[in-house]
Amino acid sequence: MTAPTAASPGAPAHTGSNATRYLGLVVAGGMALLVALALVISPSSVEQGDAVRIMYVHVPSATTMYYGFGLCGFASAMYLWKRTEFWDLLAGAAAEVGLVFCGLALATGAIWGRPTWGSYWQWDARLTSTLLLFVLFTGYLAVRALQMDTAVRAKRAAYVALFAMIDLPIVHYSVDWWRSLHQEPTLARADPTIDGMLLFTLMTGMVVFTLLFVWLVMHRFRVEFLARRHETQGLAQAIEARRAEGAEPRARSLDLIAAEASTAGSSTEGLEATT
Amino acid sequence: MSLRNVVTVLGGFPALAGVDLDICQGGVALLRGPNGAGKSTVLRLCAGLVALESGSASVLGLDLATQVTAIRRRVGLLGHQSGLYDDLTVADNLVFWSRAARAPKIDLGQIMDRVGLVPRLRDVRVGSLSAGQRRRTAMAVLVARRPQLWLLDEPHAGLDAAGRDLLDDLVAEAVGVGVTVLMASHDHDRALAIATQVVDLAGGINRAQLTETGGPSLLSPDPSGADAEATPATHPATATEPAATAPTPVGDH
Amino acid sequence: MLTDARLVAGKDLRLEYRSRVTLTQVLPFVVAIVLLFGFAFEPDADLLIDVTPGLFWMTVLFTAMLSVQRSFGVESSDGVADGLRLSGMHPAGIYLGKAAAVFLQLLALEVVLGLAVSLLYGTPIRGLGVLIVTALLATAALAGAGTMFGVLAAGLQGRETLLPLLFLPAVAPVLIAASQSFELALAGDSASGLRWSALLALFATVYVSFGALAFGPLLEES
Repeated sequence: MTAPTAASPGAPAHTGSNATRYLGLVVAGGMALLVALALVISPSSVEQGDAVRIMYVHVPSATTMYYGFGLCGFASAMYLWKRTEFWDLLAGAAAEVGLVFCGLALATGAIWGRPTWGSYWQWDARLTSTLLLFVLFTGYLAVRALQMDTAVRAKRAAYVALFAMIDLPIVHYSVDWWRSLHQEPTLARADPTIDGMLLFTLMTGMVVFTLLFVWLVMHRFRVEFLARRHETQGLAQAIEARRAEGAEPRARSLDLIAAEASTAGSSTEGLEATT
Repeated sequence: MSLRNVVTVLGGFPALAGVDLDICQGGVALLRGPNGAGKSTVLRLCAGLVALESGSASVLGLDLATQVTAIRRRVGLLGHQSGLYDDLTVADNLVFWSRAARAPKIDLGQIMDRVGLVPRLRDVRVGSLSAGQRRRTAMAVLVARRPQLWLLDEPHAGLDAAGRDLLDDLVAEAVGVGVTVLMASHDHDRALAIATQVVDLAGGINRAQLTETGGPSLLSPDPSGADAEATPATHPATATEPAATAPTPVGDH
Repeated sequence: MLTDARLVAGKDLRLEYRSRVTLTQVLPFVVAIVLLFGFAFEPDADLLIDVTPGLFWMTVLFTAMLSVQRSFGVESSDGVADGLRLSGMHPAGIYLGKAAAVFLQLLALEVVLGLAVSLLYGTPIRGLGVLIVTALLATAALAGAGTMFGVLAAGLQGRETLLPLLFLPAVAPVLIAASQSFELALAGDSASGLRWSALLALFATVYVSFGALAFGPLLEES
């Protein structure tokens, strides 16, 4: 997952560039270091034992999730302001990567919860609102997955993302308050006093995951971008074809000829589908 | 109204691929062309319902890109769809749409009488009207809203002979008070009889430049709108057009 | 803007008066849900009384979805949406009007739902004032968010399934706050219930403001 994409020989366009290749190498090296630190070098926690090791993936995942959703919200707002494709693609890429890390955070959280709490799931405030966030952004990606005019879809998706952003503190606050009435405040996650090595490993995880996030978003963005270029090329050709259709010499002095009527039949579908 | 190299893309399809046209104020302009030529799109564009991909357009002297709301208040669109709420009565629809447009208070009885709807239909759900009655109700809404520009998409389709005469009357009446009418029609004989200007569209571009049909100079705006009566019944286009080439009124819907 | 809102709300309510869809379809749905919850749980035990607040607001959530779907279903017929865009009415006015119509219909349904619940589940009603305040605020929040998502999903493929996916998780905070407020009020702790109501007032304000701003752009090109 972290290896840089090798450009297939002769391919005219690809999603890698020198910058992303170096970044990819750094991420790959960083991951190896993180694995070594997390699994071998760092000591097990006094209170949590070996279960603490999953924290080195869990905490960076959760943080990266917030980068992803935050960037998606920001890019969506920028899209509504600037209305350029760049912000739309960025919002989509950030949300997708964010959702992956959200899922990762939930999964690692559950795995950590089993030995620590005795169950995979607790109606803990932070866990609950993260799951809700996951569902909210699934809805966002569902809107993005619709087959329709890209500009219209981009606008609607942007409003879904903005609503999710505004809903985020509301969700968090209400869930927090809700749980605090019924049980102890949010269960303590990490040891209050963090050993130096543990802290260093955690920080390494944060840095590596941040770089991984950047790398993934760049690639995802470029894939989407190339896909759009592909569509746009088709559009330029379609405009040419349409002009040619109109420029055909008239067979008769008047405007309707049978051949045209049949070609027009197919173009009507495109027109009608949007009206 | 003028369109300059207008391109619009609807769902990835270039409905208009570079249209240039000028329509002078007052009078009736007819848009012709085969199915899928982009006639409906030109009308929707002029209503501010379709975004410009490139090019520029002004409608009623207002810029389409920046003054859409002002344009929308001043235009009325009568398309294939009636734009009526099925579950509301004829009277409800008329009152709602005219009040929404901030038009002067309407006299329901008078306006229904004008479009040939019997008073009994006043409290009938639009959903249970016949197709012809629906179209007449839609015409009544158009008249009640008092737009300055009428955009008519196949207005003669689905109407009986009396209904078509009525439509022509309404158009003439509107032109008489200074309204501009832009109409896409397949009923060429009838439409040409009231048109002061003809534009041929094909394949999303206007193939023929403006075809002069005997009205005053097409490129000089004539705000008086008095040229409605000036339409000659015997201009060359009508004379040479054989009925066989006229499309069936099934139209592009 | 408020003139437009009144006009649109009046139109939607008149449409309901003429078609009676809420009365003949949504209302029976509400009663059926109350009955089904009774079947799903043990009707004799106190369990139903304990979970009444949650069941009440879950039912309202589903009902709100139906109301919103109906509200934009009527706007999707026969070129009406074009008519709204061309009308020159203020988009925020249209939004407020449609949200107000949904709000009023939901309130009427909640009254029936409340009666059905207290009758069939035997839930004793206490703290009626707090209950009413909570219902007003929570319903405003639901109508505000629902109308925004309604126009967002209008005209999209699969809007029937998309709307619940977008709307239900988004209003989870309303469900939490309203259920908590009801629970506390029914338990006789009106003061704590009012604190949740204050939160609901905040939600309603946020949702309605966002909806009023977003409605115009979302109404375009649907």
